[in-house]
Amino acid sequence: MSAMTELPAVPIAFKRNAREALADPQLRRNFRGAMDFLMDKRRVQFPDGDELERLRAFGNRVRARALSKLPELLERLDANLSRNGVKVHWAETVDEANAIVHRIVERHAAKKVIKGKSMVSEEMEMNHYLGERGVDCLESDMGEFIVQLREEKPSHIIMPAIHLNVGQVASLFHDKLEVDYTEDVDRLIQIGRETLRRNFFEADIGVSGVNFAIAETGTLLLVENEGNGRMSTTVPPVHIAVTGIEKVVENLRDVVPLLSLLTRSATGQAITTYVNMISGPRKADELDGPQEVHLVLLDNGRSQAFADGELRQTLNCIRCGACMNHCPVYTRIGGHAYGTVYPGPIGKIITPHMLGLDTTRDLPTASSMCGACGEVCPVKIPIPALLRRLREEAVRPPQAEPHHMRGQGTKYSKKEAMVWKAWRKMNTSPALYRALTFAGTRLSALMPSRIGPWTEHRSAPKPAARTLHELAREHLGEQ
Amino acid sequence: MSAKDRILAKLRGSLAGTTPVADDYDVALLTEPWRYAPADRIARLRTMLEAVHGETRLTTQATWPQQVLEALATRNIGELLISPATPHGQQLAGHVALTGAGLRLKAYDRPVEEWKDELFFRTPASLTGTLGGIAATGSLVVWPTPQEPRLLSLVPPFHIALLKASEVRDNLFEMMQAQNWSGGLPTNALLVSGPSKTADIQQTLAYGAHGPKELLVLIVEDA
Repeated sequence: MSAMTELPAVPIAFKRNAREALADPQLRRNFRGAMDFLMDKRRVQFPDGDELERLRAFGNRVRARALSKLPELLERLDANLSRNGVKVHWAETVDEANAIVHRIVERHAAKKVIKGKSMVSEEMEMNHYLGERGVDCLESDMGEFIVQLREEKPSHIIMPAIHLNVGQVASLFHDKLEVDYTEDVDRLIQIGRETLRRNFFEADIGVSGVNFAIAETGTLLLVENEGNGRMSTTVPPVHIAVTGIEKVVENLRDVVPLLSLLTRSATGQAITTYVNMISGPRKADELDGPQEVHLVLLDNGRSQAFADGELRQTLNCIRCGACMNHCPVYTRIGGHAYGTVYPGPIGKIITPHMLGLDTTRDLPTASSMCGACGEVCPVKIPIPALLRRLREEAVRPPQAEPHHMRGQGTKYSKKEAMVWKAWRKMNTSPALYRALTFAGTRLSALMPSRIGPWTEHRSAPKPAARTLHELAREHLGEQ
Repeated sequence: MSAKDRILAKLRGSLAGTTPVADDYDVALLTEPWRYAPADRIARLRTMLEAVHGETRLTTQATWPQQVLEALATRNIGELLISPATPHGQQLAGHVALTGAGLRLKAYDRPVEEWKDELFFRTPASLTGTLGGIAATGSLVVWPTPQEPRLLSLVPPFHIALLKASEVRDNLFEMMQAQNWSGGLPTNALLVSGPSKTADIQQTLAYGAHGPKELLVLIVEDA
């Protein structure tokens, strides 16, 4: 719609961010400690490797089935939620989603919004959007609260303040909340509890995310440990849930395997303290709960991923964060370096659909392709294969059809394409191969000692005196 | 065309010519690893709940009210929020009247808007029933009702829950089937597994984040 007027994409400064993060020993210690902790917790939850593998395969099939009927399930979800009294809204872009939320806010003349944890609201930058329009958005998840006090973004999708240690939180609370400096975590949490408690009932609107939207029953399922999710969805007179269109599952029973995979993979818990299933607003004879419940279903690039059978698997994601916990790159640079709402391996494959491959051009290559993310993914998203695929999309000619992605061909260069074409020709034509390897070995003295980025951190390769073919022939001839 | 129509049209176009993935739901995988002999079922539930700082006590239909009084007395709590409309609310009220214990019973009998401040800041403990328990994960099934509203099990710092031993099942799948959840869910259905907690500050576990700081589960063995 607005493709004609779009400004050129400004790529995220990933490389600069990564360099800065690598030079911060405090940040690296915090992440190393946190990732080791989370990996251990997960390992303990899956003592039986066979059960884990069967459950992952099952989780994959449940998600694949939901996606294979996605339009039908979304319509069923909409119909069942509407029947239950929940108002369902659809948004193609984050601007549309924000406008929907803002209309609800205006209708209630709301001044204060309390938020449970929601990554989709981060995707929408809802706090900023509403803030500019005079509405206060307060985060109530302890981690999100800390991050908001620091005027930062979450650095992990499950544990938003994982980049900080207790001393940093203690100083923050001392400075911003004017309390005595303490590194006692119990005391710090009680300070957070006391600060936020009043806000739950002063808020006009509560906002939350959704972990699974169940089409069969018209139910929004949320998992959490703190109780802030229950508070945000129960105390204010209006509850707005925001979620991506891919979060729907077919039947209530489908959440049984997914829930088990989610909590065990994410934080190494058999289950979270609360599993909160919301199927409607307060009924006439009920004494609490919101009078109005809204669900905003957001596309924001998801339908682009959906359009391609391979890329569609990106939407299997249940947002557990295990891929980042096990990622050697994420562990070393932390979540902020990615410059995106979703960091780590899942961020690298989902964000290009949201922001375009041009804006996120460095993300698909920010991987050592070690494969850990794919091995731990509870719904078996082949993340390394998808990273490779995105690399390919980034160098396909911008105009080539079919056009799978916004920002396709962002790294395309005619020169590079020709080099690779020549390379293929050389490697598939025996005569040419022999001639060129012969020339290469005999003229090795002409090899330059500096060849671009390759020699920034490595010495230049030195061709051998004779080709492997020659040596092999000689060796075989001697036998 | 609305946003809904455009999104659905795009998704439908992408699925053209494909067939839906079959439902090959694997019940055995979700139940067999999580089965307990009848004698071990309650023990498993207690172990799991206690691992996350839940407190559990075995009790009986006749003696649980006394357990409630004792638990409150140890904590120096003189006030308890209950629902007078439930059988257990009435039983406790009867017991308190009979023993002349100095416990003040407060009823959640009006819309929350009318007494928010008192609920949030001057209500130290609450009692609720449960629909059952799940041994595998140490979870309570709580379906709030007009008599026992949603915030009854959330806002007071100390939550006492009554659980009938006969309503403890092995795993979530069996619980959903036995109680026919897909046949109709209430406004809000909950699984509660311990007091509220967080590990958001340097992965250090702390209890009493935004919900109850303490959870006591009274397991009524002869009910």
